[in-house]
Amino acid sequence: MDLLSQIFVEPFALMVEMPDLLVQTLWEGFVSGVLYALIALGFVLIFKASGVFNFAQGIMVVFSALTLVGFYAMGVPAILALVLAIGVMFVLAWTVERVVLRPLVNQPDIILFMATFGLTYFLIGFGELVFGGEPKQMITDELFLPTGATEFDLGGGYVRIQHLDVAAAVIASIMIAVLGVFFSKTRIGRALRAVADSHKAALSVGISLNQIWVIVWFAAGVVALVTGIMWGARSDVSFALQIIALKALPVLILGGFTSIPGAIVGGLIIGLGEKIGEFYWGPVVGGGIETWFAYVIALIFLLFRPQGLFGEKIIERV
Amino acid sequence: MIYREAGQYKTSYEADRAVFPLRQDRIGIALIIVAAYAAGVFGSDFLLQAVLIPFLIFSLAAIGLNILVGYAGLLSLGTGAFMGVGAYACYKLMTAFPEVNVVVWILMSGFFSAAVGVFFGLPSLRIKGFYLAVATLAAQFFLQWSFNRIPWLYNYNISGAIEAPLSTLFGVPITGATATSEARYFVVLTLVIGLTWLASNLVHGRIGRQWMAIRDMDIAAELIGIRPLTAKLMAFACSSYFVGVAGAMMVFLWYGGAEYNVFNIDQSFFILFMIIIGGLGSLIGSFMGAALIFMLPIGLGIVLPAITEPFGLTVGAATIEHLRFMIVGALIIFFLIVEPHGLARLWQIGKQKLRVWPFPY
Repeated sequence: MDLLSQIFVEPFALMVEMPDLLVQTLWEGFVSGVLYALIALGFVLIFKASGVFNFAQGIMVVFSALTLVGFYAMGVPAILALVLAIGVMFVLAWTVERVVLRPLVNQPDIILFMATFGLTYFLIGFGELVFGGEPKQMITDELFLPTGATEFDLGGGYVRIQHLDVAAAVIASIMIAVLGVFFSKTRIGRALRAVADSHKAALSVGISLNQIWVIVWFAAGVVALVTGIMWGARSDVSFALQIIALKALPVLILGGFTSIPGAIVGGLIIGLGEKIGEFYWGPVVGGGIETWFAYVIALIFLLFRPQGLFGEKIIERV
Repeated sequence: MIYREAGQYKTSYEADRAVFPLRQDRIGIALIIVAAYAAGVFGSDFLLQAVLIPFLIFSLAAIGLNILVGYAGLLSLGTGAFMGVGAYACYKLMTAFPEVNVVVWILMSGFFSAAVGVFFGLPSLRIKGFYLAVATLAAQFFLQWSFNRIPWLYNYNISGAIEAPLSTLFGVPITGATATSEARYFVVLTLVIGLTWLASNLVHGRIGRQWMAIRDMDIAAELIGIRPLTAKLMAFACSSYFVGVAGAMMVFLWYGGAEYNVFNIDQSFFILFMIIIGGLGSLIGSFMGAALIFMLPIGLGIVLPAITEPFGLTVGAATIEHLRFMIVGALIIFFLIVEPHGLARLWQIGKQKLRVWPFPY
């Protein structure tokens, strides 16, 4: 009885009693949802164009942020460091296409998936070897990102909103809009969509698959860099981020592997659900449920709708 | 020349179905087993404690995962957590019923991990490939959280860790602080040989053929009368059993004690890497992969300083760890591109070369 009350009554009573806490939690959930959505976006980009489920997206986030901070630490001006980091992501994309993807063309999906595990561990080792394993500070001010916070009153308490989080949401929206325009209006974007539809048909009209793969991995690298900057500015740049980035996987299951709107909606659902669940229902089972809550939501979801919210229906033909 | 089957005829169906049809193979296996027991008698403490015991335990975990990934074609990223289930189940059983022998509990603890494995394997009936991989990540994170946050599992210890109490087999202590590495090594070796024999019979028999049929094409397998429900859940149960026993052995016969973070996601990945490099769908590959991945840091620790010292450079332990990650990652990609069947296939090619040597045509 006591347990039932803890699960079904008290959390809602708390929500009504302290609306400021609820709004604060919702806002926190929204921001982390935006960041999950950004990581998921990187997965979707690569999955759509090459059918590769890129497990290494999480480490690409860490690696790109480390590169940026690393260049700055060597005395390169912040903006130049940003450009150089983008350059490094291009080199990475080109190398991955040459060394990993091209020899594995036509292999089963699961082999390519496992190859990205290899890529993940290689990048972890390489990143730690070059930049060191300790957490680093993100160069927030130098990149003209706002810091500080606004507080406003709400129902007896106050809600605190970090300017950085607002900036993250705005930048994420801009980037998604730019990607949307890029996909629908430009020549390369149309080629990307053609490849996503059918590799063979795209090849037959003269689209170079190898070139498209480099472009799409590079785009995912840039998305990773933006995510890394935002996430790094909120906490710090460390390899622990890579485990958190795995939460983009349940986001994808919710949203569907091939849908950009799905990645965004899925990210928000996971972000909000996780923060609300942790804050209101976490204490019932001893707290810390953030580590697995998202996965369990995804697992339950999978049992009823394996293709996700926006995914294309999986049809299997013999 | 050395490896020739001339004159060895199969005169019965039993002989045709034998796991080792060649006399040379049978002699080789017997020699390896004798050598393994001899190593327990003559090997140094370091060799047993730091090399052979963990190698055998990881091999067993790799065999377990190989049943799931290599034979049944279901990808799992929750191996570390299932090892943990075995370890914690064994701890609970051992502290609740200390009068029963620990070896019995180590073998029993696998059944708990099998039950948990079946539960988390249920989604595999509807999904496959990387969807399933994500579903097993749920097991990994949820179980690891349970080991930390449910105090009942570690008997409300203040340290939050589980520790192997003293227990004996035939009057010789095998777990706890006073157990010698020789005693523990013999227990581990005997258990691993026994369980490998069991796994070999499983994968060569009816159940194993069902798994392989499901792996190769599930719809066709269903059409020839294999129930995907039982075959897939059986694969999860058997795989988790072996993995759970390996986990229990890891804590009780190797570490002597463990915390929840021993069973983290890196553990899951390293066991997956063992079977990718060793060879998917091969028992001998599980041993080879475990040897390569586990011995790599030890080997690097010996080789690297020898190379760099003449140049006046010192290599720290951290650098070796980073290099290990890089080399393992690169090896995964290399093997997937060049030899997707792993070391086991190279071994087979080597044997074939020996068979026709010195007249290859």
